[in-house]
This record gives sequence, C-alpha cells and structure tokens, in this order.
Amino acid sequence: MANSKSAYSFAGKKQKPDTHIIVVWVDNEAGVLARVVGLFSGRGYNIESLAVAEVDQKQNISRITIVTTGTPQVVDQIKLQLKKLVPVHKVADFKREDKNVIFKEMALFKFVANNGKLNKAFEACKNFNPVILDQTNKSNVIQITALRREIDTMSKNLKKFGLVSVSRTGAVAMTRGSEIFK
Amino acid sequence: MPKLYSGAEIVFKCLEDQNVSHIFGYPGGAVLPIYDELKNFNSIKHILVRHEQGAGHAAEGYARSTGKPGVLLVTSGPGATNAVTALTDAYMDSVPLVCITGQVPTHLIGTDAFQECDTTGITRPCTKHNWLVKDINDLAKIMHKAFEVATTGRPGPVLVDIPKDIQFQKAKYKNYKNNKILNGKSHDNYSQKNIDDLINLIQKAKKPIFYTGGGVINSGTKASELLRELVYSTGFPITSTLQGLGSFPADDNQFLGMLGMHGTYEANNAMYSCDLMINVGARFDDRITGKIDEFSPKSKKVHIDIDPSSINKNVKVDLAIVGDIKSVLTSTLNTFKKSKNNFSKSNKHQISNWWEQIQKWRSKRSLDYIGSEETIKPQYAIERLYELTKDKDTYITTEVGQHQMWAAQHYKFNKPNRWMTSGGLGTMGYGLPAAVGVQIAHPKKLVIDIAGEASVLMTMQEMSTAVQYNLPIKIFILNNEYMGMVRQWQELLHDKNYSESYTAALPDFVKMAEAYGCVGIRAKTPEELDDKIIEMLNTDRPVIFDCLVDKQENCFPMIPSGKPHNQMLLGPKDQKEKKITGKGRTLV
Repeated sequence: MANSKSAYSFAGKKQKPDTHIIVVWVDNEAGVLARVVGLFSGRGYNIESLAVAEVDQKQNISRITIVTTGTPQVVDQIKLQLKKLVPVHKVADFKREDKNVIFKEMALFKFVANNGKLNKAFEACKNFNPVILDQTNKSNVIQITALRREIDTMSKNLKKFGLVSVSRTGAVAMTRGSEIFK
Repeated sequence: MPKLYSGAEIVFKCLEDQNVSHIFGYPGGAVLPIYDELKNFNSIKHILVRHEQGAGHAAEGYARSTGKPGVLLVTSGPGATNAVTALTDAYMDSVPLVCITGQVPTHLIGTDAFQECDTTGITRPCTKHNWLVKDINDLAKIMHKAFEVATTGRPGPVLVDIPKDIQFQKAKYKNYKNNKILNGKSHDNYSQKNIDDLINLIQKAKKPIFYTGGGVINSGTKASELLRELVYSTGFPITSTLQGLGSFPADDNQFLGMLGMHGTYEANNAMYSCDLMINVGARFDDRITGKIDEFSPKSKKVHIDIDPSSINKNVKVDLAIVGDIKSVLTSTLNTFKKSKNNFSKSNKHQISNWWEQIQKWRSKRSLDYIGSEETIKPQYAIERLYELTKDKDTYITTEVGQHQMWAAQHYKFNKPNRWMTSGGLGTMGYGLPAAVGVQIAHPKKLVIDIAGEASVLMTMQEMSTAVQYNLPIKIFILNNEYMGMVRQWQELLHDKNYSESYTAALPDFVKMAEAYGCVGIRAKTPEELDDKIIEMLNTDRPVIFDCLVDKQENCFPMIPSGKPHNQMLLGPKDQKEKKITGKGRTLV
C-alpha cells in the first residue's frame, strides 16, 4: 500500500516563475476590485503591486494594473480566470522584460535633514524626474517616477540623506508607439 | 403613465418571464415583501424546505434533471449563509442556480443590523457573479441578467441580493430577456481547422479513447445523442467521469465504465496507455488524473470544453477546442461524415489490437466483490436495486462516500440527466434534498436517493418537505454505521485507527420514517432484500429504506493517492490477504 498519508496527490514538477504585468479593464462598479483581488487570493496567485483608477468616466471603465509572479501555466490561468469575470472587458499581459511596454511607478519621499543633505537627496534623485512638492528649512517631499527596482534601490540608498517616509503607487503600464491594446 | 410595480412584484414578473414554475425557499424578515406577493402569481409554485441548504440542493436536483435553472429564495443573514454550501456545490459542478436573497434595508447596510451579513461578499467566490440591488430601477435588468449568466457558457450559480426597502419601492417593469450576450462574450471559439485537426488525429490513432464528462450533460440531451453517434461511427472505446454518467449507455460494449480513483481497471489502464485521448466536457480533475506527472504519458490529448480556463489548467493538451459540446460535436460529425463514411469498419483493423488489450483488462472484472449469504454486500444491494428498477425511467441522486461510488460503479445509466451527485465539492447531505427537487420536476417518475446513513442525517429534515408535497422519493440507505469512505482511508492509510468514523448512536431509521409521516422499511439479509425493494417500489409515498450492509466492505478498485492510473489497487479477490474466506461466495 502507498505510504502516502493523504487523500491527495503530491505537488508535481514546478516550472520557473516570471514577473508579469496584467492590465485589466473593468466596469467601475461596487465590488469589482474585490472580485479581481479575491480571484488572486482565492486561487493562491501573487500580487506584488496593484494600481487602479477609473480611466473612462463616460463608460465607467477602470483600469487595473497588477504586477504578479507565476509560472507560464499560472499566468495563463490568471488571464483566463479574469476574462470569465462578468465586469471584465479585456485583459492584457506583459512580461516585465518587454521592451515595447513602459512601466512606471511613482514614489513620494519625505526627508528630514539639514540643507546640505536635502540638496544631496534631490541630486541623487535627478535621474528619476524629481519634483519638490513641499519644502521647509528642515524637510522636503520629493516625487519621483521610476521602475519598481529603481525605487527599491533609491529608498535604501537615500536613508543616509534623512529619508523618513516613503509612499509609493503600484506600477502602471502603457505600450509604446501608436498601437493600443484591443 | 406606465404601470408601476413594487420590487417584490418585479421579482415575480421576471421569474414569470423566465418561465420559472418552481422556486425552493424559506421565508424570513428580509424577504417578507416577496413572500407577500407570492399569492398573486399562480404560475409559480413555492416549495417550502426545512433548511436553506436543502433549498439549494433541491434547486440543483431540479436543474440537473431538467436542464433548466433552479431557483431558490432565502432570507438575509443565516438564510444566505445556509445557502452557501449549495451555491459552492453548484459552482463546482456547473449547475445553473439563481439564488434570490433578502437583505436588510439599504440604510441599515453596514450597521451590523439584525440578520445582516455581507451576502455578496460571502458568496463572491462561490458564484459566477452576484449583485446587490441598490436601485429599484436596476432590479428587472439584474434579474434577467442573472438568469443569463447562470445559464450561458459554463453554467453555474448566481445570486441577487435585494434589500427590503427595494422590495417595497416601485418602478416600471421592462422585460430584458434575450438581450445581447454579456460583454460580447461568445462561447464558441473554435475554427474548422480545429475540427480537421481532431479528425486527423482520430484517423491516425491506434489506441484511442473518449473521456467524457458533465459538459456533455450540461450541453443538453442533443449533445448526448451526438456523442453516441460519434462514438459509434469511430468504434472507439469511451469512459466517463462521475458527472458524465448517462451521456453514453453504460451497458454498451464500447463503454469501459467510469474512470478515476474508483473507476474500472479497464478504463484507467486504457487512459494510461492510450495514444489519443479525446476529452469531451471533462476537466482533468485530481480524482480523475491521479499523479499528474504520470497521467497518460504517451497520448496526444484533445480537450473540448466551453470554459477556456479549463484548458491547460491541470493537464497540458495538444489540441484545444473551446466551444459548446453540442456545437463542436455537430461540426465534427458533419466533417467526419463527409470525408470518412464507414470509418468504423475501415478502421476496425487499426484499433483491433487495442480492443484486444482492453478485453484483457476487462477480464480482470475489477468491480467484482466477494458475495455473502449472511450479510448484504453494499454492491449487491445496488445491483439488485438496479435490476429491479432498470425498466422504469429512474432518477438517482446520491450523498457522498462509498455508497456514491458503488452507485456509480454498479448502477447502469443509459440516459443523461438521470444521475444527480455531488462530485466537485463532495457535499454529504446533497442527495435527499436533490431528490426532492428531482421529484418536483418529474412528479410521475421514480426518484431514488442512494444514501449512506451518515450523509443522510445531514439533511434529514427535508423528509418533512417530501411528506408535505407528497413526493414519493425513496431514500435507499446503505447503512454500515460508519462514515464508510473515511473508515476505508483510515484502514488503508492510517493503520486502522478508526478515529471518530463510527456513529455510535444512530437513530432507528424505520421509526424515524414513521415520525416524519412516511414509510420505513428495513432489510437485514440478502434473502429478503428483493422483496423489501419491491415493497419500497410499490409504496406510493416517501420511503426511508434502511439497508443494513457489511460494515467492513471497502470500495474497490481504487487508485491510491499519488499513484498513476496503471497502479490500481484491486478488490479483496485480487489481493492475497482475503478478509472474507470460506463462506464467501458470490451471490450473483
């Protein structure tokens, strides 16, 4: 007899996971985000980041951008399961490495430090379109837009310049060129 | 000025326009306005259940045996939460249900009001879609959309949550039925090339098999006819999942029996060794595939399914055909007949070795068991029940466990929609209320719930419903005093530590039947079994049949967990350590 003590089989071979950005166009109605997020949690999929807002006020369409990791099989399932939801109009899927797609996240950094350090902080951000949104003589708030990993690195490196608080959005995505996703 | 209707009236107007004749339900505070309106709609009959879970399973039985959506009406809070098991069951087994729940008035939502719960939140993962009606002007549209979502594509349950104030408010009524398909989501998404590829594979196959499932049943009776036509015109062997039983005649020579964990030796070995597997409306469930890495390693796999998310979910396939089974089979047969008339004859030689091999597996007679003259063997009880009811157009429901598997193995289904069982969720307590629903839909037919004594106690209260509506359902209990399947797993996997699987204080089912106002019959020996079954069949009232069976019997054959299809465990006859010796003699 089998020495397994389970009524279920064991997990089989695993494929390699990849990071994907899934973009979902949905009716902006009550509970729609819960449906999408619940599908992820209920089926054991990851969400690394999430950005959602209405993009078409006339037709009440929201655009949800989800960064997820999964094996090719899991990512396929995610797309197919999302397409089954009634308020979902279309689903796009991009690999993070995809050169034809722009990914951006925005971060707000608050620094509390002397003027010298504040200037250095601004200097350090200069590759990421920094904008000073607020400034006092001992603090400032800088907005940057960058890739997820860049923001990860920045928030680590800026500690020495008096970074005290970080607020960041999930990634949003847009294809390059004149093409739009149908 | 068009006539204004109250929300409660609109609910019934919608049900009328959807040709709903029966609803299963239980009243309560938050649905009282709807219940108040019931008297004004004569075409709709309400069946009062004894528990909301019973309403759900009854609606499932109704839906499965008719192909129409089942409708249930329950109150807020506990009414809704009690229905959750049935909704989940329907979701797993793709049964179209429309569940209407009452909700506390809009202004009280979110205040933890009496009998308030977040119904749409709770049921979101166990319905295809659900709606909280916040505006009376949306009610009719939502109701019709609910029926559409439940019945189109892969069927499933939906829920409409209606706050009590909305039930009182008034609005115009508009029939939204048969409007355009939701979000333009089409279900047939295959090309002629897919069909040509399939026929090409069929032509080349030397060891083919059809593996069919509940999708064939859900696609309607026509789909079953088409399946038969295709199977006969190819001459290929066919096996079926639990849910697909009945779509192909079980007594036909091309049918290998059910496959999977408790499937036949020939079906599972054929699945393992085939070179072409044509999956028609099944979903590669883990009870079917066994160890997935070793599942049918040498075959080309074709998957025909209406749900794109079923494709490549568990098993990677070589050819996917996304569409309604009826439509795919029609296209396939049309193409097939044009090019390959007489295929089954001309191809006979190509698959003759395959059939020889299958006959060898068949000769193992994997469903055999060791009979007894002293105790009723559960398999024997099912066989006798089948023999004595096969000439009637019998509808069988089951609970969940050993009895369910024995019923699937030994009761032979020749027509679709005659077999109602909880496969995906495995809900003990499904069968009795489902039988109520089936009998409501088919008042003149014989409806039998093949039950286990543990399962049936979970929804036993619905006997009261059966008595109230004079539903002559037969509850055929295989009583072994154990949760049999649990006991079997404990025997085989947990060193016979029968932890909590014995029910020490069972009720006297005959007296219980009498207490409910129906008929109780008990069979104790194989000798008296036939007479007692005939007595049951001749009783035109609900019957609880207490069939005392062998307490130790296990359900074989079985694929032990984590094993592939070709490593089946056969019954005691085949195992060296025979538990029953000497007196053991096959009765049939």
